[in-house]
Amino acid sequence: MAKLILSMDGLVLKEIPLSKERTTIGRKAHNDIQIDNLAVSGEHAVIVTILNDSFMEDLGSTNGTLVNGNPVKKHFLQNNDVIELGKYKLKFIQEAGAQPAAAAADFEKTMVLRPSAMKAAAEQARAAGMGGAQAAQAVRQAAIQSVGNAAQAAGIGEKPAAPAAAPAAPAAAPAAKASQPLGAIQLLSGGNAGKELELSKPLTTLGKPGVQVAVLTRRPQGYFITHVEGVQRPTVNGQAIGSAPHALKDHDLVEIAGIKMEFFHKS
Amino acid sequence: MNYSQVLEIASCTDPGMVRSHNEDSIASDPVNGLVVLADGMGGYNAGEVASGMATTVITTEIQQLLAKVQPFQIDEETKAPVAGRMIREQVLKANTSIYQAAQSQPQYAGMGTTLVVCLFYDNKMTVGHLGDSRLYLLREGKFSQVTRDHSLLQEQIDSGIITAEQAKHAQHKNLVTKALGIDPTVEPEVREYATKPGDLYLLCSDGLCDMVDDEDMGMTLQALGGNLKLAAQQLVQMANDNGGKDNVSVILVRVLREYPAPSGVMGKVFAWLK
Repeated sequence: MAKLILSMDGLVLKEIPLSKERTTIGRKAHNDIQIDNLAVSGEHAVIVTILNDSFMEDLGSTNGTLVNGNPVKKHFLQNNDVIELGKYKLKFIQEAGAQPAAAAADFEKTMVLRPSAMKAAAEQARAAGMGGAQAAQAVRQAAIQSVGNAAQAAGIGEKPAAPAAAPAAPAAAPAAKASQPLGAIQLLSGGNAGKELELSKPLTTLGKPGVQVAVLTRRPQGYFITHVEGVQRPTVNGQAIGSAPHALKDHDLVEIAGIKMEFFHKS
Repeated sequence: MNYSQVLEIASCTDPGMVRSHNEDSIASDPVNGLVVLADGMGGYNAGEVASGMATTVITTEIQQLLAKVQPFQIDEETKAPVAGRMIREQVLKANTSIYQAAQSQPQYAGMGTTLVVCLFYDNKMTVGHLGDSRLYLLREGKFSQVTRDHSLLQEQIDSGIITAEQAKHAQHKNLVTKALGIDPTVEPEVREYATKPGDLYLLCSDGLCDMVDDEDMGMTLQALGGNLKLAAQQLVQMANDNGGKDNVSVILVRVLREYPAPSGVMGKVFAWLK
């Protein structure tokens, strides 16, 4: 699916998937993408998406719409096109290689394996006179194949992708984890002042249960702190955090349950 | 009996990072102590139709039955609590509805759904399941899987063809051997377990357990047990951070205290008053 990335002054505000046939852009609240800025008209523009093609149309806005710096009325959007409304920029991203991604996704789809398919496969293997592991392998492959055939026969569009496509996918996740710098916290007050704690686990809880607890989560995008329980919320650089996860930056000062600590990147 | 004082329930469902729509369906009824999770399959939007039918049929049918009979009453035929039979029969009813819809409407041909359903009563819990949606339990710091998948992979593990470690990297994680709505009849696996105060039950679709290690799931539940809603969101987020290749659904149920069935004269009066 294509998407738009809304930004201002180089700061990314949000990502909007173009999931609807018509995605409206404007200042008023009923728009799918609301940009509350006086330079943007109430109903400024619309993006019409049909299958894999998206068209941008200016709805007679006061200040006009630019695509890649040129004023346009109607435009067929290409990958990486930048739409400008006043100070706001919307980058159009056409998911590259949408087809292979869909094929890989099909492989993940849950399918039912009927006992009859298994039996037929097992008999095939036995008839071929193979032994042990080889036979097992054949049963498996034949079973997968016959399920695929059965699905096709039933007129279902699903089919398992070539096995070669699968091993690449699981490898992607650990790679994302490894590329991210390891974070740590150093306690600055309390009984354990000076102590350092590496944040190598996906999540680390800090605080006193029943009083105030916060969790530090390690994600591909970096580290986040989230309030878990307690009346008081943890503070980052003196500011109490909200209920949403708060991204931590290098050398942020955090206070949880009266204990001050510093977050930093180790590598 | 109103179980909303005894059970704390939180849930979260998400299409994941790759799929455009969510074929999972979840339902929870804290008053009756009932939770249902289904992961649909089938072309176009048929998967969501199947999972939606499963959760709706099972929830409404069991709710109607619970208004008439208590789940802990002993069934005269099976000599076991009514709950087991109740779940089995309603699962069969859902199976028939989905199967008939799939047979009668070409756009639904071949649709089906996996299922896990739990009913809590009398310090016990009955779980029914089909396919690879799972129930886990965190009890006294120990995280374990309660249900066993009806999948080719699990059968291979059981027969010793592959080890659990090899299974993690297997390519056919997605082949289930039992599901709702595929055949005219189906035999769900229904079991009863005793619960303890403090127990934390996790129902999830394969979008979670394929993406997040059991160890990480257990750690999340232990760390964030104080805030169930956050724990559910965190699990979904972890699945998405690891690739989110499938729809992810999570239901968490914590047993807050004992909930024995009212017994004797007082119980009867209480039941009658209710």
